[in-house]
Amino acid sequence: MSVSSNGGGPATGPPRDAPPSPRPVTPRVSARSLYLLHHLMQPNAGYRRLAAWLEAVPWLRRLFTAAEKGVKQEIFGCRMCGQCSLPTTGYACPMTCPKQLRNGPCGGVGADGRCEVYPAMRCVWVVAFERAESQGRAGDLLRLQFPVDHRLSGQSSWIRYWQGRDEGLWTELDPPRPAGAGRA
Amino acid sequence: MTQPADAARPAAAAPPAAGTVPPAGTAPPAAGTAPPPAAAPSRFRATLESGAFTVTAEIGPPRGADAGAIERKVTLLRGWVTAVNITDNQGASVRLSSWAGSLAAQAAGVEPIMQLTCRDRNRIALQSELLGASAMGIPNVLVMTGDHPKFGDHASAKPVFDLDSVQLLWAARTMRDEGKLLSGRTLSPPPRWFLGSVENPSAPPAGFRAARLGKKIAAGAQFVQTQYVFDAEVFARWMAQVRDLGLHERCHILAGVGPISSLRALEHLEQRVPGVQVPAALSRRLRGVPEDRVADEGIAICAETIGQLRHVPGVAGVHVMAVGNEHRIPVILQRAGLPPALPEGIGGLAGSRAG
Repeated sequence: MSVSSNGGGPATGPPRDAPPSPRPVTPRVSARSLYLLHHLMQPNAGYRRLAAWLEAVPWLRRLFTAAEKGVKQEIFGCRMCGQCSLPTTGYACPMTCPKQLRNGPCGGVGADGRCEVYPAMRCVWVVAFERAESQGRAGDLLRLQFPVDHRLSGQSSWIRYWQGRDEGLWTELDPPRPAGAGRA
Repeated sequence: MTQPADAARPAAAAPPAAGTVPPAGTAPPAAGTAPPPAAAPSRFRATLESGAFTVTAEIGPPRGADAGAIERKVTLLRGWVTAVNITDNQGASVRLSSWAGSLAAQAAGVEPIMQLTCRDRNRIALQSELLGASAMGIPNVLVMTGDHPKFGDHASAKPVFDLDSVQLLWAARTMRDEGKLLSGRTLSPPPRWFLGSVENPSAPPAGFRAARLGKKIAAGAQFVQTQYVFDAEVFARWMAQVRDLGLHERCHILAGVGPISSLRALEHLEQRVPGVQVPAALSRRLRGVPEDRVADEGIAICAETIGQLRHVPGVAGVHVMAVGNEHRIPVILQRAGLPPALPEGIGGLAGSRAG
């Protein structure tokens, strides 16, 4: 990867064009606003019908997906993994981490919170922690985020979310431990 | 983390292997008995569970097709450490593979801890590698995210990162304890190993690092080795949070240490190794001695750090990272008051499982 040319980008905000490799993005909208907005997007019968309709009409689905991509790319640097974890990560997108870590920061974060791969950027997990903590949601970061399903790449995450298919992307707050795990 | 010149730690999080203070009553497997497939007992685990202060050390495999290089390093450490970590292409630079290195270490008489990173393999290859480790009698595995290829000798490589370290811990635990792959397919028989991970107590966000260890423990980590600790106070603060969460009772915590052997290594650590902070006082101390005495001073500092860490409640042992300087590890341990567990010549204890 051409690290040097990618490393000198702006310190915040998503790139205008999706970069060839992920790099950390500090969201353009405050965490507080996004947690509030989330309430307006909660699945309900209306959204479910809308999602089913969008899904049934290919050109509408493509149009809607393109709009979702445009909005989320502008705000979060969205890479359209198709399984959005934003509500549990302080509305900072973990797929913009160069290692695409979905369960917290790696060990290479600089003392001042720099990304080790793109030192001009702040680690997206440092940003996520600050944003979640500021809204009393730091506990969300303890959820186990299950592995990404790469088949969903490029698809609308909102359509899935409204139809209840996103349930199971992460664990509840106190993940159950199977018998025998860990030391006695 | 990036590849270190001298004292560097291989993967972003945790290398290790250490010796141990004599774990009384740890029964070695009968010498000459081949370990049964898929059921390798971990002497490292038994030592930790005995409550003995446990020492592990890190071994970097060679850049070359030479198992003898591993054997020579292991021989230096036999008797001094309970187990050796065999790094997985540390610093994202190509080396002999960690499973092959682990088998070589085992044959040379010290129990291996096979490191496995998420950088180079997708979930199919990772699970396959974990099965292979168990089948070949490798008793311990340590999973971590791994350094980004940017820091290695093949910066043009595709970074895989299909799973992250927490997901890999969870996948491994599910394979072992539930006998299932991520796909849900059944394993017969399931693998058996002692499962570990890494953590960096000194990297931001400070308010999340202890909780993140808790997350790894919930996912399956039974032991953890930390990134280099150069500032015992920072580490002690993290350990206090760890104890508040009760994590030291659910996971064995080994603190990572290592000697800084030259001013070049010091500069490398200060400027090039992500996530490592060298305190100014330590830097001044190393720069304050004549150049030919830096290595000795580095050894003295490392031994002092071990002495401080031994008194931090909840610390189960130390993991000594001195890749490229493995020969200095016995001196460090001697000065830290951690003599070899066994007299020379009986060093086969640790390796008696090697068959």
